Amino acid sequence: MHIRTYHELTEADRSGLPDQIATQRRRVAGRLASVDRVVAVMSGKGGVGKSFVTAQLARALARAGRRVGALDADLNGPTLSRLLDAAGSLTVTTGAVEPVTGADGVRCVSMAHLLEDGKPLAFRGPDGDAFVWRGAFEAAALRELLGDVAWGVLDRLLVDLPPGIQRLAELVDLLPAPPAVLTITIPTPESRDAVRRAMRFAVDRGAALVGVIENMSGPPHVGDAGADLAAEFNVPLLARIPWHPTPDVWDRLARALRPAS
Amino acid sequence: MKFLCVECDRQMLFEERQLPGDGTLAAAFKCPTCGRVVALLTNPMETQLVASLGVKIGGRTIEEQPLEMIRGMVVTGKENAFDESGERGAGSGPIWSMEARERLARVPGFVRGMVKRIYLEYARDRGIGEITPAVMDTARTDLGLEGM
Repeated sequence: MHIRTYHELTEADRSGLPDQIATQRRRVAGRLASVDRVVAVMSGKGGVGKSFVTAQLARALARAGRRVGALDADLNGPTLSRLLDAAGSLTVTTGAVEPVTGADGVRCVSMAHLLEDGKPLAFRGPDGDAFVWRGAFEAAALRELLGDVAWGVLDRLLVDLPPGIQRLAELVDLLPAPPAVLTITIPTPESRDAVRRAMRFAVDRGAALVGVIENMSGPPHVGDAGADLAAEFNVPLLARIPWHPTPDVWDRLARALRPAS
Repeated sequence: MKFLCVECDRQMLFEERQLPGDGTLAAAFKCPTCGRVVALLTNPMETQLVASLGVKIGGRTIEEQPLEMIRGMVVTGKENAFDESGERGAGSGPIWSMEARERLARVPGFVRGMVKRIYLEYARDRGIGEITPAVMDTARTDLGLEGM
């Protein structure tokens, strides 16, 4: 018996699943066409202050005259809207929702805008098999937050990633081109080792590393992870953020980001 | 996913999709040569995987709504997450019967605006002046919204 293969069957198919996927991709690309650069804020390690740095950097860039958006891609632990003082409802317009404008004019969307207070992100579905499909739903949610939000004309869209590399992998897959990646670490060797893996992953996926920020710099933390990683990956150490940063720290950081970053 | 009628060596064509409401999905495909029909039945986990892709087997019947997957699938959404007052066609178009309004009011606030818009567009496209529960039932079947 000869059975033709999938690719040999080329008759028009009403489902058009590949076309539906392509349409989703075009929707993201179209929505982000007015965004000059997407910058993913990443760390391989949790608890290094990614969201805090993202929020403060976004505000500093906005104060410097840049048009800035901030997407909270930490779907399970969203904090960015609070850090940006961007509470409120998402206004639905034709074919899109509007981000909430927060401190210094930063346009923000976060799962915190969507979830009931104190409730986890939970999807409708069969009990017991969530490990099979939950990741796919989270990737789809990220796609919608990129493609269904009227981001408008932006100089920078900062994407605050959760710890690890999974969300960065999804982001790379969803965007028309890999994002720029800004890496956050704390000084310790443990952080260096975890963040190194994430940076290597980003490079392997074609993302451009724009620099390293060492957060919570100084005692009791011991180590030089920021400088080590910057040297290893031949990128600038953009800032060492002390435990109690003053506003000028963030303004200097915004200036340290090259215009192309 | 494609189906081949091996006997006729012809690709079978999508006929109909059904969502029985138990988390499963049924899709019928027909051979254009011999007319044989087969049904694809997916279990809840497989159905969920299809849903997670944001695609519709048999093709989309309505325009994709903003945050459609999130609004349709997240069960912990906030009642007042969305401000729908500026939505397209708000305050115009088909009217809602009292019974239809009551039924719509029972839809969770997180997804209500999207559901309302879908029914409005359905009625508008078909020249229906008043949305009643019967129209809503027909729309759910026509648009494959049984799971919504």
